[in-house]
Amino acid sequence: MCQECGCSQKGPYKIDGQSVGEVVLTPVAAGASSAVAHAHAHGAGHTHSHTHAHGHDHSHVHLDVNLSVLAQNDRFAERNRGAFQALGLSVLNMVSSPGAGKTLLLQRTLEALEGKLRAAVIVGDLATENDAERLRTTTAPVIQITTGTLCHLEAEMISTAVAKLDLRNLDLLIIENVGNLVCPASFDLGESTRVALLSTTEGEDKPLKYPPIFQNADAVVLTKTDLAKAVEFNRETALVNLHRASPKARLFETSAKTGAGMSEWCDYLVRLRAG
Amino acid sequence: MHEVSIMRSTLDVAEDQARRSGATHIHSLRMRIGLLSGVVADALRFAFEALRQNTLAASALLEIEEVRPACWCMDCQAEFEVNDYIYECPRCRRPSADLRRGREIALVSLEIS
Repeated sequence: MCQECGCSQKGPYKIDGQSVGEVVLTPVAAGASSAVAHAHAHGAGHTHSHTHAHGHDHSHVHLDVNLSVLAQNDRFAERNRGAFQALGLSVLNMVSSPGAGKTLLLQRTLEALEGKLRAAVIVGDLATENDAERLRTTTAPVIQITTGTLCHLEAEMISTAVAKLDLRNLDLLIIENVGNLVCPASFDLGESTRVALLSTTEGEDKPLKYPPIFQNADAVVLTKTDLAKAVEFNRETALVNLHRASPKARLFETSAKTGAGMSEWCDYLVRLRAG
Repeated sequence: MHEVSIMRSTLDVAEDQARRSGATHIHSLRMRIGLLSGVVADALRFAFEALRQNTLAASALLEIEEVRPACWCMDCQAEFEVNDYIYECPRCRRPSADLRRGREIALVSLEIS
């Protein structure tokens, strides 16, 4: 289910054109819950007054549950993360609006990393294998997920897709999320690094208009710097806005077309693996 | 309308937990909802009324505890309340990436018998 836009029905999705049956899970408690009589553990910052509906006998038991309701995606994500960490695999989740330049950036990145890192890509779109075909011009293994109607990738799709990869012989897994500046912000895929892209053609104020996607980014790539002049892109304003929306993010300024800034970006990916 | 599916998951978790404790009735459910969670408490209550029939919680009360979002400011070594999607410390104006509260969607506790 999508918390942001409510496109709640995850239909059948496809991996490399093959339909994947939906996995239905029953919720399982993470850790044991305890049945105690009115013992509350409260985090800081909230208070509550306790009222009882009377007119019933008082043999009720208070049961502390403390489970996140969105736990299903989160559980898959944690399982993915654990598996990736055990293998020492660094995993990027790349998010941006459609057309921000994710696929060309990836194409050039994979070419530049050849011989330095063993990389593979999972790419998500609503339909077509076009992006996978563009990326298959490189030597990296590429898996296309077509989500049908779903506006974002979910952790369970990633765990299904990685089964087709030989993770032990990889250093870097790059997930190109569905182009969408809203919903992917809410869905942890189990990545180690989240990367948001902003293209110069989108305007300087995108980070202020769509803050959540930038807020939890570890790195931001400003793309299409070769077009900055033509679209009268104000770099200073954009950098101020990016810093306000994603204060912890490392910033890279790239043009996949001219190659400007690509070596800094690729060095960062190599260091991620080392760190 | 995603509140409906969130409430359905909540009731599933609640019934599962109650049954594990050998209970046959859920008298109340307490949820914690962060104001940045994207979930609207009133819509959740509406969904609860619609979905609780034929569950162990058919006559239960739903209590919702709303959590105001707060960030941690490294410079001031203090929390500040967030009223905007840009998390800027009101004291020093420094942006913070450290959201400490406000995105929760959780089932906190149940009263069962």
